[in-house]
Amino acid sequence: MFTPSGPAADKRSHTISVLVENRPGVLARVASLFARRDYNINSLAVSTTEKPGISRMTVVTTGDERELQQITKQLNKLIDVIQVMDHTDDVLLEREIALIKVHASHDARPQVMQVAQVFRAEILSISPKDETMVLEVTGDADRVDALLDALSGFEVREMVRTGKIALVRGAKQT
Amino acid sequence: MNGAEALLESLRREGVDVIFGISGGQALPIYDALAKEGAGGIRNILTRHEQGAAHMAEGYAKSTGKVGVCLATSGPGATNLVTGIADAILDSVPMVAITGQVPTTFIGTDAFQEADIMGITMPIVKHSFQVRSPDEVADIVKKAFFLARSGRPGPVLIDMPRDMSIAPVKSYRFPEEVSIRGYVPRVSPDPAGVEAAAALIAAAEKPVIYAGGGVIIAGAQAELLSLAEKINAPVTTTLMGRGAIPDRHPLALHMLGMHGTAYANWAVGESDLLIAVGARFDDRVTGDLKKFAPHAKVIHLEVDPAEVNKNRAAQAALMGDAKETLALLAQAAPKKDNSPWLEKISRWKRDQPLRYHKNGQIKPQQVVEEISRITGGDIILASDVGQHQMWAAQFFQFNHPRQWLTSGGLGTMGFGFPAAIGAKVANPDKEVWVITGDGSFQMNLQELATSAVYGIPIKIALFNNKSLGMVKQWQELFYDKRYQGIHLENVPDYVKLAEAYGLAGIKITDPAQVVPALEKARQINDRTVLLDFHVDPNEHVYPMIPGGQSVAEMRLQPDERRDG
Repeated sequence: MFTPSGPAADKRSHTISVLVENRPGVLARVASLFARRDYNINSLAVSTTEKPGISRMTVVTTGDERELQQITKQLNKLIDVIQVMDHTDDVLLEREIALIKVHASHDARPQVMQVAQVFRAEILSISPKDETMVLEVTGDADRVDALLDALSGFEVREMVRTGKIALVRGAKQT
Repeated sequence: MNGAEALLESLRREGVDVIFGISGGQALPIYDALAKEGAGGIRNILTRHEQGAAHMAEGYAKSTGKVGVCLATSGPGATNLVTGIADAILDSVPMVAITGQVPTTFIGTDAFQEADIMGITMPIVKHSFQVRSPDEVADIVKKAFFLARSGRPGPVLIDMPRDMSIAPVKSYRFPEEVSIRGYVPRVSPDPAGVEAAAALIAAAEKPVIYAGGGVIIAGAQAELLSLAEKINAPVTTTLMGRGAIPDRHPLALHMLGMHGTAYANWAVGESDLLIAVGARFDDRVTGDLKKFAPHAKVIHLEVDPAEVNKNRAAQAALMGDAKETLALLAQAAPKKDNSPWLEKISRWKRDQPLRYHKNGQIKPQQVVEEISRITGGDIILASDVGQHQMWAAQFFQFNHPRQWLTSGGLGTMGFGFPAAIGAKVANPDKEVWVITGDGSFQMNLQELATSAVYGIPIKIALFNNKSLGMVKQWQELFYDKRYQGIHLENVPDYVKLAEAYGLAGIKITDPAQVVPALEKARQINDRTVLLDFHVDPNEHVYPMIPGGQSVAEMRLQPDERRDG
């Protein structure tokens, strides 16, 4: 016997790939569904795919097993959704990109560069006059989070981060 | 041929014979195409409000199984359809709603009568299309009807910008076939699931079949009966499933849930196997989910995968059309006797039938019983929403599927009368009644004009208790009788109202006049008759399981509570 909402302890993060028709309004339909059913979207990335006319939405959501099942089934009911893949049990290659603008005085610059090196972040720009640097980091969410953490001693002026994109390793379809 | 003419040609190819709607600026080219239809073309029923049009399309659809069509102009016309569209998605009604839209060059400019109806209806449609080229009209119509009627039916919106209606079609071709790669409705279940279900039936001693609106939609009443009779399982029906099994059948337990029969709720509460067919474990059926059918394993026959394991876990899930799935299950299931169980249920039925106390006033239940008796139950019966709806569902003896039209999921007051009109248009030879309340009726009474102008005779049994009765019942039981916002007063004079539209009205205040008035109404077949029954304003609907509670808290009568 279960209740509509499982205990909070069962909630975890799930990555779902949603293949959709590349048509106007599809993103709105998917977003509307998440809002209407009270599901979370933690991150969302939309892109074209190798197949013309088909786009991929990579959605990171939080929920228990039952909620995840419902999300998958409700997404499948959307006519413009062609396929929904839940990657909970897959070996995923995941990437996010973040651009981080840090305040770096002349003296602080080497320290920021050192942090960037540790995280293999690229330095996209250095503006000595207004004392800023822009770093680019690519990696899974943990690496991006770790870099932000390492930069916490500096003043982060602006930050932008993409949603997660992911592919399943090997021959299995994402 | 322009886009609007292509639209009508495509509707005709889909077999549409009638459209319910109201014109307006952006719908003018469509109405111009309708004007050119001539005799034998698609009929337009001009309603007095677009909400009426939407519910008429629903009544047409629910009573026939065909797709109902409604039409409105952009902006306010379109938004007035919204309640009907929401009603159709929740009750799985096949409907195509067509809206005019401002020209594509004006979209997004806040033009006169512009509303983003695609956006507004997104969460309440099965799917929606906005025409972006007159050449895609035929394809969109084909897809819209296929989506509306197949799988789990529902409403589909076609938004038609005015320039798309006017622009010439290069070459018109109506597609023979339709294929949508993101939409493949499941037809027949997995054989392993059927075997598993048959094993559960073999092991069960106290099975109950819980039949919902899906049985009606699938036309699966014969298959339902053959399963029930083979395994000797009693059948309870949801509000939407009324008519799935004849109420006089010995295995019929009638309605379950908040205002269901005591014996249906007790049977479900004690069952060891619940066979849910085209039903979705709605909160008005289950109350407290944790205490609903607590001893039962569940077999769920369902066309919509998202309904399985949504509210209640199923030990066997059979995905597919209920007609085919029930037939397979009836074939695979072993013959069962279950006589101790059936005897126990017979006792419950004998000891706790539906009942009410007569007191010299007109009892609404009595009116329902008499309508049922006098007509032999062989009518189409629509209802609105509230106490009268529950009494109609409880006391009318249903014989057939598709004879009962009610708003279950959305609970739309104002649904009944226009739905009855839509049903009468589709079934001109059938006697069509609506049981309504003075609260509900006033929400769409403007359609009296539609009924009068087109000569669509409906028999309206209005239960006049001068209040919003169901709200009153809740305020009495759960809000310490702090009545607020429920008094409708004795306004209007319904007889005069009917007469003002050129229709017949009869006021009934004496219980002895109920039957003569009903008989008189049956003699008037050239126009709508409104029977204004002044019923006991203090009558309540029983049994009642208060919201969120369980069968243990069922109140049988105002002062009675007893466990089975």
